[in-house]
Amino acid sequence: MSVLDLSRWQFGITTIYHFIFVPLTIGLSVLVAGMQTAWLVKKDPAYLRMTKFFGKLFLINFAVGVVTGIVQEFQFGMNWSAYSRFVGDVFGAPLAMEGLLAFFLESTFLGLWIFGWNKLSPRLHLATIWLAAIGTNMSAYFILAANSWMQHPVGYRIGPLTHRAQLTSIVALLTNSTVLAAWPHVIFASFLLAGAFVVAASAWHLARGSDTGLFRRAMRLGLVVMLAAGIATSVTGDVQARLMDSQQPMKMAAAEALYNTSAPASFSLFTIGSLSGGKELWSVRVPYLLSLIATLNPHGTVQGINNVQRAYVKKYGPGSYKPVIPVTYWSFRLMIGFGLLATLLALLGLWLTRRGRLPRGRWFYTAAVWGVPLPYLALAMGWIFTEMGRQPWTVFGVLQTSQSVSPGVTASSVIISMTVFTLLYATLAAIAGRLMISHIRAGEPEEPQDFAADQSLPVFSY
Amino acid sequence: MNLPTFWFILIAVLWTGYFVLEGFDFGVGILLPFLGRDNTDRRMMINAIGPVWDGNEVWLITAGGATFAAFPLWYASLFSGFYLALLVILVALIIRGVSFEFRGKVDSDRWRRGWDRAIFFGSALPALLWGVAFANILRGVPLNAAGVYTGNLLTLLNPYGLLGGLATLSLFTLHGAIFLSLKTTGELRARARTAAVAIAIAAVPLAAAFLAASQFEHAKPATDVTAALAAVALIAAVWAVRRGREGWAFAGTAVTVLLTVATLFGDLWPNVLPSSTAAAYSLTVRNASSAHYALLVMTWVAVIFTPVVLLYQGWTYWVFRKRLRRSDLQPPAPVPGQP
Repeated sequence: MSVLDLSRWQFGITTIYHFIFVPLTIGLSVLVAGMQTAWLVKKDPAYLRMTKFFGKLFLINFAVGVVTGIVQEFQFGMNWSAYSRFVGDVFGAPLAMEGLLAFFLESTFLGLWIFGWNKLSPRLHLATIWLAAIGTNMSAYFILAANSWMQHPVGYRIGPLTHRAQLTSIVALLTNSTVLAAWPHVIFASFLLAGAFVVAASAWHLARGSDTGLFRRAMRLGLVVMLAAGIATSVTGDVQARLMDSQQPMKMAAAEALYNTSAPASFSLFTIGSLSGGKELWSVRVPYLLSLIATLNPHGTVQGINNVQRAYVKKYGPGSYKPVIPVTYWSFRLMIGFGLLATLLALLGLWLTRRGRLPRGRWFYTAAVWGVPLPYLALAMGWIFTEMGRQPWTVFGVLQTSQSVSPGVTASSVIISMTVFTLLYATLAAIAGRLMISHIRAGEPEEPQDFAADQSLPVFSY
Repeated sequence: MNLPTFWFILIAVLWTGYFVLEGFDFGVGILLPFLGRDNTDRRMMINAIGPVWDGNEVWLITAGGATFAAFPLWYASLFSGFYLALLVILVALIIRGVSFEFRGKVDSDRWRRGWDRAIFFGSALPALLWGVAFANILRGVPLNAAGVYTGNLLTLLNPYGLLGGLATLSLFTLHGAIFLSLKTTGELRARARTAAVAIAIAAVPLAAAFLAASQFEHAKPATDVTAALAAVALIAAVWAVRRGREGWAFAGTAVTVLLTVATLFGDLWPNVLPSSTAAAYSLTVRNASSAHYALLVMTWVAVIFTPVVLLYQGWTYWVFRKRLRRSDLQPPAPVPGQP
């Protein structure tokens, strides 16, 4: 394998891994802050226990998310130095802003939250978790603004002397239509995931009849969040599809493996057979749906891969501008499918727990516990789709991936780093997963009745 | 002052913040197996840095992001050139970061011993390698006309680079020992003080030799002053910790680290990454920087938000200003007559 392929695999592996932990941090930080607010408002100790139970799980997850995040920032320079040289003037700005505006906020106030239980007043202590949650959600905005610039570059020009990209408008970069659509989509999907996580942990206890007072409430909260977030994710994803159709028509065509421009275009749920433009053996199709997704008009025209390819050759010169079609085709469907299944699970759960009810059989609890991979997979598929669908470009229409890789880094170096990261990350995932499961099983002890006069023992201390 | 110069200084400030703050975190991690006699000791040590270590590490992330934004060519050449060294640093920081969180999550001595070891290596390796890296940045590395690093990992392991590494390793360990003496009570505090004096026997000559070697090659009048003051602050710190003036001693090592970084960046100026292949290939503040507009935007962001960050991080240190006692971490004795 070439340095280019190895570097792409490493970036894919480390990024998808990092993004296992990030969405739970995004969603759960807000949910835990909400639980602590409920405790302060309603003075009900059940909410304090809920805060602590999910707070501990949040922290285990957060630790892995933070440490794998450093790799993300360093990798641009380590493996993609040609890219970094070319785009740093534009792309570096949101990254630096993410550090200064978001990461400091998130990590400093989380430290205060973990250790400040008995040192800060309850209101001030509550403010620390909200600030950490705001920092987390803000960091998502900056990094998505950076990514959106790669999908749809705006607010820049190519320097006439340097031949590198130069920022011309930070406002354009931060209000790129692509990030305005991508940020809510990612945030809502993260809430879908965090909701599913809360539901699964609660379902485990409810299935055993343990601590039902606490976990029934937690499960209802998780289900409501899941359903609302699932719907909102679909709506924002739908907005994104039309942006994609106008900004990156090749990606839209590749999502459906639509080779020739069609009006109306149908959407296939499954295809058996090749996706290479030849005759498919069998497929289940919904007529008009792709036209509707892409243009809001059931008879709208959706451009085909071959047509876009011809147009791009004319615009950008000879070469192939097609992404790997089976990857884009399946990741697009699986993203939608897993996301919808998770949303349906929430709808079912809300019905079964309506008006103080608890499901009698165990099957729903089992489904809720085993349903937790659904949003994780949906999110991973979403990233695979949007990044693979942009290929062969790193910056759409401006810089190709093959021109982005570090010229001085050898294949053996990348093999070493990829092996080390993969093994280390697998070990960390196993440990973090085991710790989370054992914490979920242990449940949350009753609050002690008598607080010592000078109790400086921090609740979550190391 | 033009904007690239301002950003060179700001990046120096970010690295200074990182080394002054995470320097003592590293030191505490390195001393963990030596000063922590039992689990309560070791928990005290980790909790001394517990509320702040993650915020301290963000200085590194921001320094990296700022370098990317303000000097893309520096960022690209440096990070791809120092590939394997950075890999080791990343792995160390990853393992160290999760260790703090995971260590207390399973009640088993074997489990905790494993994470203690991880904290030690995760702290010692970056403490050493950052010194190696910065010494090599100042010394110059083989860069070709395209700004691409043409050496390998061994290129970095030259005597001057290793001296830089040993200097930061010993300096951070000393900084950590003094921090512990400032943040703890009882026997641990006494042991930390004794350790600080012992480490100083290595740290003072190593830091002095590194500063002298740097000035010998790259001297400028201004940095001769900062280097001399760094040495004075270090000796004052050792004197203060021997006299039991832990606050002054900590200020002393903090100033030592600050002035050492200032000396290195001052010596580096106006280069950002000198080429040992040919002086013409060197990356400089001028030829490696972003264009005016990007720097202007980032300047506004930095000028507005850096003071805010300093304020709330400073407040964190104020909230956790009390020394830790063993009794803070041990469960209170059971009340008689109750189960």
